[in-house]
Amino acid sequence: MVSSMARLAPLVTTSEWMRALPFATRLILQGDAAARTAAAAVWGVSFSQIACRALSQGSRATLWLGPEEYLLLDMSDESASVATLEHAIGNIPHALVDISHRQIAIEISGPFAERILNGGCPLDLDLSAFPIGMCTRTVLAKAEIVLWRNRADAFHVEVWRSFTGYVAGLLREIAREYYPV
Amino acid sequence: MSFRVSKGGHIDRSRSLKFTFDGKTYAGFVGDTLASALLANGVHLVARSFKYHRPRGILAAGSEEPNALITVYRDAARYTPNLRATQVELYHGLQAKSQNRWPSLRTDFGRINDQLSAFFPAGFYYKTFMWPRKAWKAVYEPIIRRAAGLGVAPTQADPDRYAQRYAHCDVLVVGSGPAGIAAAMSAASTGARVILCDENSQFGGGLLSEADHSATRIDGLMIRHWIAQAIQKLKENSRVTLLTRTTAFGYFPHNFVALSERVTDHLENPDLHLVRERLWQIRATSVILATGAIERPLVFPGNDRPGVMLAGAASTYLNRYGVKTGSRAVVVTSGDAAYTTALDLHAAGVVIDAIADLRTAPVGAWVEAAQSAGIKIIAGATVLDTQGNVRVRRIDLGQVVSGTVVKLQPINCDLVLMSGGYTPSVHLFSQSRGKVEWSDTVKSFVPGRSAECERSVGACRGIYDLSEVLTDGAATGLALASKTPISVQSASFTVKAMPIDTNPYVGALPQPDSQSSSKAFVDWQHDVTTRDLALATREGFRSIEHVKRYTTTGMATDQGKTSNLNALAIVAQTLGVPIPQVGLTTFRMPYTPTTFGAFAGISRGDLFDPVRTTATHEWAQARGAVFENVALWKRARYFPRANEDMHAAVARECLAVRHSCGIFDATTLGKIEIVGPDAAEFLNRMYVNSWSNLNVGRSRYGILLREDGFINDDGVIARLAADRFHVTTTTGGAARVLGTMEDYRQTEWPDLKVWLTSTTEHWAVIAVQGPRSRDVLQPLTDIDMSASAMPHMSVALGAICGVPTRLFRVSFTGEMGFEVNVPADYGRAIWEAIFAAGQFHGITEYGTEAMHVLRAEKGYIIIGQDTDGTVTPDDAGLTWAIGKNKLDFVGKRSLERASMKTATRKQLVGLRTPNGEVLEEGAQVTLRTGQKPPMALVGHVTSSYFSAVLGYPIALALIGGGRARLGQTLYVPMPNGDIKVEVTAPVFYDTPGARING
Repeated sequence: MVSSMARLAPLVTTSEWMRALPFATRLILQGDAAARTAAAAVWGVSFSQIACRALSQGSRATLWLGPEEYLLLDMSDESASVATLEHAIGNIPHALVDISHRQIAIEISGPFAERILNGGCPLDLDLSAFPIGMCTRTVLAKAEIVLWRNRADAFHVEVWRSFTGYVAGLLREIAREYYPV
Repeated sequence: MSFRVSKGGHIDRSRSLKFTFDGKTYAGFVGDTLASALLANGVHLVARSFKYHRPRGILAAGSEEPNALITVYRDAARYTPNLRATQVELYHGLQAKSQNRWPSLRTDFGRINDQLSAFFPAGFYYKTFMWPRKAWKAVYEPIIRRAAGLGVAPTQADPDRYAQRYAHCDVLVVGSGPAGIAAAMSAASTGARVILCDENSQFGGGLLSEADHSATRIDGLMIRHWIAQAIQKLKENSRVTLLTRTTAFGYFPHNFVALSERVTDHLENPDLHLVRERLWQIRATSVILATGAIERPLVFPGNDRPGVMLAGAASTYLNRYGVKTGSRAVVVTSGDAAYTTALDLHAAGVVIDAIADLRTAPVGAWVEAAQSAGIKIIAGATVLDTQGNVRVRRIDLGQVVSGTVVKLQPINCDLVLMSGGYTPSVHLFSQSRGKVEWSDTVKSFVPGRSAECERSVGACRGIYDLSEVLTDGAATGLALASKTPISVQSASFTVKAMPIDTNPYVGALPQPDSQSSSKAFVDWQHDVTTRDLALATREGFRSIEHVKRYTTTGMATDQGKTSNLNALAIVAQTLGVPIPQVGLTTFRMPYTPTTFGAFAGISRGDLFDPVRTTATHEWAQARGAVFENVALWKRARYFPRANEDMHAAVARECLAVRHSCGIFDATTLGKIEIVGPDAAEFLNRMYVNSWSNLNVGRSRYGILLREDGFINDDGVIARLAADRFHVTTTTGGAARVLGTMEDYRQTEWPDLKVWLTSTTEHWAVIAVQGPRSRDVLQPLTDIDMSASAMPHMSVALGAICGVPTRLFRVSFTGEMGFEVNVPADYGRAIWEAIFAAGQFHGITEYGTEAMHVLRAEKGYIIIGQDTDGTVTPDDAGLTWAIGKNKLDFVGKRSLERASMKTATRKQLVGLRTPNGEVLEEGAQVTLRTGQKPPMALVGHVTSSYFSAVLGYPIALALIGGGRARLGQTLYVPMPNGDIKVEVTAPVFYDTPGARING
């Protein structure tokens, strides 16, 4: 469906270490392994059996959020087809819900990325404890986030849209120590 | 006059600093503390004591200092009272002032308390000020409140920034004396992640007090070189974090340790990007406590005069800061430790008039060294009194001769150094819930069984010999860093040092029968004397916890660091029981006072809490909306135009909805997508309503109860497909309802094939309400909105302005209404498109206040306003919603209880005021007029507004047996008299409900 309506995401001021990632398709898939196997065939990325791990292929990724719950991301296509997935999974019991607009993605990168995030996130973000490909639901001070490490020095942060101002503001305040304004 | 020696120590004599104390300018050096710089200028009088306003000097050299509490300030906002001068690092231009004195430190009128001390014994406030009774509020309490407390709080908001950081490590080492450094080195050698923190500005702990000329060597290196080499090696290890000026002040379960790092307090002009303090919250696999020991003071009459100091502190001032703490000194000691001080001071040119040794026959290398330096040693000594006003000028020594104390010739001096051995710092160990045990050799409590993966090393567990301390640290560091037992031997050290017999002493020094009338202080900071402790035991206090509270010993900000052991010993002696039997009081957090700023961190101002806004927030702002907080959301409350007040704006908004059309942002309502073959069954079990018979494309008002049968939440639930429901919740209940549902789904009914996904933020929800709402929307959408295709409580999928939508026909106003759900990024654009299209129909934006009035006119409840957690569906008049044929739902069983069915329960009714008053929400309702408190109450007002469409005020109320009282006159008592109210049905407008089906 093509619309002339303007799409407007919450604003994140870009800086050396923080940038908003483009519009993306986000789906929550819940159900058992059979549903995931069917989904993987059309999504093009399989699903990690290991807790708190993301798998990715090109612009698409699957993030383990819970034993039966995965976040499907397509970072380049904002209208990847839900219908295709629904068709592929068919009658296998599952829940597929489009949450593309529920949250936005911020990338935190650079040599201070861990320290900046640890200003509000209580997890151990050392590369040995939180390796590349690890993802988890966690908190940043008083906001819930999904944290996914794509590179040694870069984290993909999923934030519920109404918390964007708080999360970005919080990170900016924390980062002042490392990037004086 | 300067008391600075010409060389040596850890100060930089090439960099002089100016600072002021009580307005007078002094000079110091880089590396000084405020205490060392004041002492270098010959200033010993720095404070007045808390209770008796006695002149006080500097007792210690570290964080245990009980006396020298001062205020340091940069301006009216950067103003910090009660800092220990011994921990304040000097910077150029530092301004400090003394506390608890008026008009000046030297002449303090509060000193009268000392003369009147007979009237202020321990617990005096429990016994005095009892009469006349009225004087307590008017006279005594204000005076006591003014007298109590130390220092003055800053008068302006703190402009500094504070940071917080979470960190993890394999081994956290607290304290960087020899034990801590050795532990950190050996732990780091395994590749472990190590954090080493120390409250001082430099690493080294007690080693920093070692004289430059000391013959002590570690691995052949002078002490300062060994420290430098060790720290350099740790710095080069990327897995090691080194933190100075960082106090581990709290030990929480599972090795969660809180550290307070002071980042800028020592800087003259801190960079603006720097934070003042950083709170570290560390989760450590293992913790090594190397917190050292604190020198124990001696308890004798007159032991609090300025110039009476711990011997080890005098060593620190001389050897670390190059400061002589006096000219003529008498050293009083129970063991060898103070001999090193005497010899160091002697070498620096301080006259040591005598070493008064408590031992009857002191012998050994240290005694010989003192003798060969020509220092007089008095064996079996005790102290009977001291003289001097703002500085000690004489000491009256005694000697214990065959059990009796005889007086010796008084000695004139300006410095009395005392040493009763050491007290291991078990504060953090105790906070970790480790069990302390009494050691007769250490004459102190030492760490026993650990509760956490934690070990104490070195002096904090009573090991004082340098070689043993290093070995202890190294072995423990290795053991705790290694996840599996390893065969590697821990580092060994070659130490060259003279052994020291610490011979600790505990309790008060022996006194003759005719004891001096001078006070012998046990707790310097809270002014607790031996007499106070004796009084407490005489009055029957046996438990140390009770003695502590009665006398306040150990309850000051220093947590009894210097006083606890002596207080225990004195109580034990008076009671005639062994010390362990008296017990030990609890060590509480924080180890040293910690700023509020560190705890607040970045959670202040705009970042105190998340501020959640919807897609139309900026639009509403531009239209002049007045916002209100709903949960964490900002919602537009009303949109005043020109000179409208709230009443006028709300009336206009309400009439627009009733007569034409209103537009309202309903995005904040919680939304949950419930999907799966068992979705309807899940809803059947959660909500009171039946869902199996809800057709696809239709919606229903649902009520959710708690297990106790009371209303928890409500909302409209639409069936999008056989296996897919779109559930809405209240704004404030969104997260709670989802959490509750997940709990039941995962723990009660794991067999159901159903899953929940929050979609609250995926959808922007635009409510278009009023008789013209269809006319506004129909041209924008491909959905057939006709009454037959889309009756009240239906839902349709389609597009609006080309954007996919879930269009609900639903009403919270009683008018025909729709709620347009669009993906949130399109919310603003679609809102504006609808608003533009609605102009012809007089569309009016309205806020939450108008929404409240409109729904109250229809008697629709708001959860949390008309319900309060004690309201059943029947109380709220919603029995019709309960699925009669359902076997079960959450709360069903509770509804069957007799008390849930009584006719006298508070029921939702309407109230009208014949005289036109708008009632106050929360006002109580009575059956009879003219009552005096306590009144018999029958209910309360839950909602109250002026209804513009009706032209009179309306109210909803919960009234006992309310539905049986329709037509009755009740009363709402207010300060100006009772308001007469008439009980009505809760629906005020369009009672037949025709408008909604337009």
